[in-house]
Amino acid sequence: MEHLTTLLIIIGYFGVLIGLGIVSKMFFRGSSADYFVISRSVGSFLLLMSVFGTTMTGFALVGSTGEAYELGIGAYGLMASWSGLIHSAVFFAVGIRLWAAGKKYGYVTQCEYFRDRFQAPGIAYLLFPILVLLLIPYLLVGVIAAGRFLQATTSGMFEGEFFEVMLPNGNPSPLSGGLPPWIGGLIISCIVLFYIFFGGLRGAVWANTLQTLVFMVTGVIAFYVISTKLGGLEGAAKALADSPASDRMVREGHYGHLHFFSYFLIPLSVGMFPHLFQHWLTAKSAKTFRLTVVAHPIFIMIVWLPCILIGIWAAAQLGSIKIGDRARDDDQKFVHQRPGDRRCSAPCRRTRVLAAIMSSLDSQFMCLGTMFTNDIVVRLFGKDRFTDGQKVMIARCFIVAIVAVTFGCAAYLMGGNRSNSVFALGVWCFSGFAALFPITFAAVYWRRATKWGVYASILVTAAVWGVLFYRDIFAAGGSDGEHEKLIFGMMPVAIIFASSALAMWLVSLITKPPSDEVVAKFFPTKP
Amino acid sequence: MKKVAIVLFVILFVAHHDFWFWDDKSLAFGVIPIGLAYHGFFSLAAATLWLFCSLFAWPKEIEAWADEGDDPAPVPAPASPPQASASKADASAPNDNQPPA
Repeated sequence: MEHLTTLLIIIGYFGVLIGLGIVSKMFFRGSSADYFVISRSVGSFLLLMSVFGTTMTGFALVGSTGEAYELGIGAYGLMASWSGLIHSAVFFAVGIRLWAAGKKYGYVTQCEYFRDRFQAPGIAYLLFPILVLLLIPYLLVGVIAAGRFLQATTSGMFEGEFFEVMLPNGNPSPLSGGLPPWIGGLIISCIVLFYIFFGGLRGAVWANTLQTLVFMVTGVIAFYVISTKLGGLEGAAKALADSPASDRMVREGHYGHLHFFSYFLIPLSVGMFPHLFQHWLTAKSAKTFRLTVVAHPIFIMIVWLPCILIGIWAAAQLGSIKIGDRARDDDQKFVHQRPGDRRCSAPCRRTRVLAAIMSSLDSQFMCLGTMFTNDIVVRLFGKDRFTDGQKVMIARCFIVAIVAVTFGCAAYLMGGNRSNSVFALGVWCFSGFAALFPITFAAVYWRRATKWGVYASILVTAAVWGVLFYRDIFAAGGSDGEHEKLIFGMMPVAIIFASSALAMWLVSLITKPPSDEVVAKFFPTKP
Repeated sequence: MKKVAIVLFVILFVAHHDFWFWDDKSLAFGVIPIGLAYHGFFSLAAATLWLFCSLFAWPKEIEAWADEGDDPAPVPAPASPPQASASKADASAPNDNQPPA
């Protein structure tokens, strides 16, 4: 009954998303500017919801509860409160300036901006593949996670060998009778493809708004139900304090000071995310950013605080685990064992995670299509070679191709039970984007920054990231892939970021400065 | 006011590292671990800081610059020039982004 309720809710939710795709197609004006950046007409509310929805991934929602279950309250300070401060700082200090340049000169991608700002015609050919490589694990995680959630949601509903899942010991898995994850991934991919294919970024923004509302409201409902069944906030807190898992109430023993501090670099990645750059460009005016900048930390708190509390309460209710053991397969553990009224909390929780997954997937697919069209195809063949309609068609074709490739890779990984390794890449992708942030920062604040500094920064980032990634993932001989190895107690991103910034600074200083015309074009006021 | 905003940001940045609650198991208001409550309030403080910045340190000159139109100074382009004409058209486009009722 619980599963059927969840399934009906999810089917209705999919129906609304398809409806949004159809209606957004009716609003489409036919121009490429409308398809890629909604004619720069998005207001405050939609910008807030789309930016927040894109930033909050299903990975974060599920991972936060699992992290708190294992390592306690520090997960909030590590990820949520740092993000509240740093994300908004980036939106305020960098996002508004990039929006202004985009509006003034008609940019729709990061590479277009960097190409003009640094007078570097070939930068897209270097940056595009790196950005794509860093985005691919996110896309894979989204499709795989969505497939797994649909499998869990439909478990026990279907009969036959095709739907059977066996445990290593030969017994049937609780997931038996559910849709195979590759079918779930296919369904999600097709729905996301539908509304971005027809509606472009408008379809993604509207869907993101709905998805953000869904995962916030259902999160609050699930939290209320769970806390009530645990005897209220006070009862749950007391149970935790009296349990062997009371160490989850502190950070001592779970996080080092440098680890906790150096994590502030990870949220800087939002300054380099190409899909967020595209969302910024949709803003109607600079004032549109105000609500996003102010409300973002509060929204993060609304979403994360319940997740963290549920995680630490679960450690008290379900029994503690040893430090170093992972609380993976959170879905199985918490959905099937979490105390509380599952009839209400499980459908809410599943729907919200699915909403968060899809809100990131659509923006990423959309931005890849936009970058491929504008940074590669139009650059190679000339901007006058294609009409506006043809540009939109090229983007649509590429989006279909990238969705197909992503689904194919995800299905391959899910088929061979190799998908867990992809989840290990999450924090490394964040680290890569964060390490490239000095380029964005220098572009908007440092007049002396040169294209050779940018090239050096990109290459040094790639090299240092590659070495540390190899050390962490491969040289470790099959790490569990869940926690990156710290360096001098710090996150690896600290080393990569410092190398990138240093390369940018040193090489810019020893190479020819940009011309006065370029500086005058991009810096409206005196320093 | 921009300098005040920067100082407030630095204070908040430093205040994030609450080593004084690092191993404190007490409960705030009897319901939430004190370290978590502190960081919940930290999120609210961050929102307040950005509200202050929005009201008193807003980059008005950037907005004005974006609305000025194209830069008069020509830049020797190494590649195709940006689609400047599109930006003007986009800027004047009516707002059609409201979701359907």
